[in-house]
Amino acid sequence: MNLNYTHLLPEIILSLTGIIIMLVIPFVSRNQQVRLGYPTLVGICLAFLVLILEWNQTGLAFFGMVLQDPFSQFCKALFLLSTAVIVLITMTYLKQENLAVGECYPLLLFATVGMCLMAAGADLIISFLGLEILSISTYILVGFKKRNYKSNESAIKYFLLGAFSTTFLLYGIAFVYGATGSTKYLIIAESIHTLNFEYHILLWGLGLMLVGFGFKIALAPFHIWAPDVYEGAPLPVMAHLAVGVKISALIVLTRILFQVLPELSQEWQLLLWVSAVLTMGIGNIAALTQTNIKRMLAYSSIAHAGYLLLGLTAHNELSLQGILYYLVAYTLMTLGALTVVQILGGQNEHYIQIEDYAGIGYRYPFLGISLSIFLISLAGIPTTAGFMGKFFLFAATLKSGMYGLIILAIIASAIGIYYYLRVIVLMYMGELQDERSLINIPLSLRIVILIMVLGTVYLGTLPGTFLNLAIEAANF
Amino acid sequence: MNFQLTVLLLIPAIGSLVISLFPDQKGQTLKGIALLFTIITFLYSLPLIIQFEPQSDIMQFVYNVPWFDVGFFHIHYHVGIDGISLFLVILTTFLMPLVILASWNVRTKIRSYLFFILMLEVGMVGVFIALDLVLFYVFWEVTLIPMYFLIGVWGGARRIYAAVKFFIYTMTGSLLMLVAIITLYFFNDAKDFDLVRITDRLSSGEISISPVAELLLFLAFFIAFAIKIPLFPLHTWLPDAHVEAPTGGSVILASILLKMGAYGLLRFCLPMFPNASLSLAPLICVLAIVGILYGSLVAMVQPDIKKLIAYSSVSHLGFVVLGIFSFNLQSIEGATFQMLGHGLSTGGLFLLVGMIYDRRHSHLIQDFGGLASTMPRYASFFMIFVLSSIGLPGLSGFVGEFLILQGAFLAKYSYAIWATLGIVLSAICMLWMYQRVFFGITEHEENRVLTDLNLRETATLIPLVILILWMGLYPTTFLHRMDASIHKVVARLEITHQLEYREP
Repeated sequence: MNLNYTHLLPEIILSLTGIIIMLVIPFVSRNQQVRLGYPTLVGICLAFLVLILEWNQTGLAFFGMVLQDPFSQFCKALFLLSTAVIVLITMTYLKQENLAVGECYPLLLFATVGMCLMAAGADLIISFLGLEILSISTYILVGFKKRNYKSNESAIKYFLLGAFSTTFLLYGIAFVYGATGSTKYLIIAESIHTLNFEYHILLWGLGLMLVGFGFKIALAPFHIWAPDVYEGAPLPVMAHLAVGVKISALIVLTRILFQVLPELSQEWQLLLWVSAVLTMGIGNIAALTQTNIKRMLAYSSIAHAGYLLLGLTAHNELSLQGILYYLVAYTLMTLGALTVVQILGGQNEHYIQIEDYAGIGYRYPFLGISLSIFLISLAGIPTTAGFMGKFFLFAATLKSGMYGLIILAIIASAIGIYYYLRVIVLMYMGELQDERSLINIPLSLRIVILIMVLGTVYLGTLPGTFLNLAIEAANF
Repeated sequence: MNFQLTVLLLIPAIGSLVISLFPDQKGQTLKGIALLFTIITFLYSLPLIIQFEPQSDIMQFVYNVPWFDVGFFHIHYHVGIDGISLFLVILTTFLMPLVILASWNVRTKIRSYLFFILMLEVGMVGVFIALDLVLFYVFWEVTLIPMYFLIGVWGGARRIYAAVKFFIYTMTGSLLMLVAIITLYFFNDAKDFDLVRITDRLSSGEISISPVAELLLFLAFFIAFAIKIPLFPLHTWLPDAHVEAPTGGSVILASILLKMGAYGLLRFCLPMFPNASLSLAPLICVLAIVGILYGSLVAMVQPDIKKLIAYSSVSHLGFVVLGIFSFNLQSIEGATFQMLGHGLSTGGLFLLVGMIYDRRHSHLIQDFGGLASTMPRYASFFMIFVLSSIGLPGLSGFVGEFLILQGAFLAKYSYAIWATLGIVLSAICMLWMYQRVFFGITEHEENRVLTDLNLRETATLIPLVILILWMGLYPTTFLHRMDASIHKVVARLEITHQLEYREP
């Protein structure tokens, strides 16, 4: 056991970049603060580079607190790339809203550090710390539009409920410690394996941790906060909530359930089964009635967490690769859709109602086609990433013989198709409501959207390469 | 390895890309390009008929490469055709140029219209040639999106309702099919999705599934196909979709998309799940007969010509299902033949309705009357297609219906008797419609000044008429090539049938 700090080099680089930018902010004039996005991107790229160079270098670090394995590296790569896109969206957002909040870049970086630590944690304490770093940065980010009531309301709501749920998690961790005598994953798994633990106390711990993670992932019945917070949060932060926060919490949950508590699968499979059904059902049904596109996408992201739970509930050798593949697909399509929504929203998120999308398909051909592809992918229709992801998750679920669950998942997806299509219907079959001026899309975002569109189609037509990556990453 | 079928997919795909490079303003050029690409596709598909080995019952023109062969999943790009799919592929490539000719009057957003038509061609040809279950599913769904847009953007007044209804119905069915495909995969120890091999292993008993599982798998596939066909009582999306779709969309829907369902029954349900097919056949045949009678009875009272033809399609496809589930050589051959015949005659009828709609912007029967005197050429064409549709000997419709009835008679007397009643009803309804539209006195002033068919419209219809006559007068050209493949399907069913009776 030694320090092995190279395993944490990406996190260190991100933190340093964040701190340096924090220090520089006071010396940058208000209208130049937007440009702090560039050094942020440089930091992320550096971290990514280091991650790639370190690829295949696995092992424990920091006295067994941090674990570098293919799984954590895969997730870290995903987090870094998604944060890069979010930083780009933030830059256009700040410019468009005329906001001088340079602080949001370092906060995004710190949040990413938290996410990476969560993926790499080999100890409940580290995972908890990662989650807290992520959460506290995110509480601030949600409210960074400080003159806006909705943004403030969201921040308070998210903070109060988030802090409350974190205590559940911590309480759960304490129970697990009490039951097994350690917070280290490997030791807990070992003591469960050798039957050297207190069954009932561990069960309490499991339940409380599920509540905590369920809140962060927005699993029903702990999802109530999500639509309100998502709606009020500035769009780039909503993207961060829907992608970064949700995925990282899901990854920790996956690791804890699959690596630490696989022998309690009888117990947690039942809980997750119920939660998966509720999450898919509530997410899809509630999305049907939304009139605001942000709220609709919020419910849709809840529904997608439900599909991911299918993989967790199945708990077999196909689950993990299915989950990882779906996470990539989900990141691509959700980020893509939100990027387009952000561009179309205009100043002050003016065009955010679904009816505002009437007829814009022919007014803005590029955005229209891109959004259609993302929505088709979210609906899970073939030749897009969403379909392949669902295919792998359904395969995992069927392998475990959970036919009831799959039937409910199918009903939920069929409902889901309706509201995604409704937006496409409006875009191409409705009439343009008012004269809209042409939108000037920054070149960087244009390229990013194009990459995400191509990625969505690539993952849907030639899934081989990424599935291979996911399979390699799918061992702890 | 044979690239012919793959090229057949690629030509329209390249065509759709070429079209998306041009601006919307160059409408005529775009139509020209699309026409060119569809004609090339058609000409390219013709050698398939000549090179096809009629005696062989295995897949021909096969091309099989791994698509993604990773970890647990072995999915192949595997295409090929046999006697059942050969003519469906040709029917598709043959109709597409006509569809584009019929769309000559589409003015709005012409680029995306043609793009979707060509994408549809890729999807439809793909469905008929795919021999890997996942590949089949992907093509099956690929046809969905373009059709949805064709109805939703270029359709009539209630287009959005019709488009969404069409989409939800078909998608629910397909999701069920997806589950069945994956479940089948887990029963298959070889871990592949190869249709030919799975079918062989199922019939040789290498893949053993319990009767209950077989029944459920059969139902999952069957419901997906029954929605597409559409079989009574899952047909309610069809009249809406037909009435609202633009002419080109209606023709594709009636002539090809509906055939995908019947093709699926023949290719998947019967060979893979013979026991379940046999045990559910009585129920399905009854549903088919109800569909035949109900379709023509409801068609009779429709005020709208398009809706009338749509309901008569329900009735005609009832015949196809009855033929397939009568399980003998005649009936299944008749069903396959009827698919082609119905594709031509109903496709032609929808083209004709589109032509009158271009002139009068209506397809209500009450708006017409006495058209025969103002548009004699139009009236004669309409007569040919109506007669073919009701099965006049010498035209394509007769051969199919005759074979189906003969086969149904062998299976069970009562099936044939009820189905014959359906033929009478459908003749009444079509001829009555013809009488109201074309004969009598011209009541509406607008109808006196209508121009007869122009050169383009005549050119669209003549190939159809030639084929209808050919199929009616010399069906051997077609039946000869279907024989071996259909015989294989029937033989498989008969083996199962005998086993079933020997067991107790």
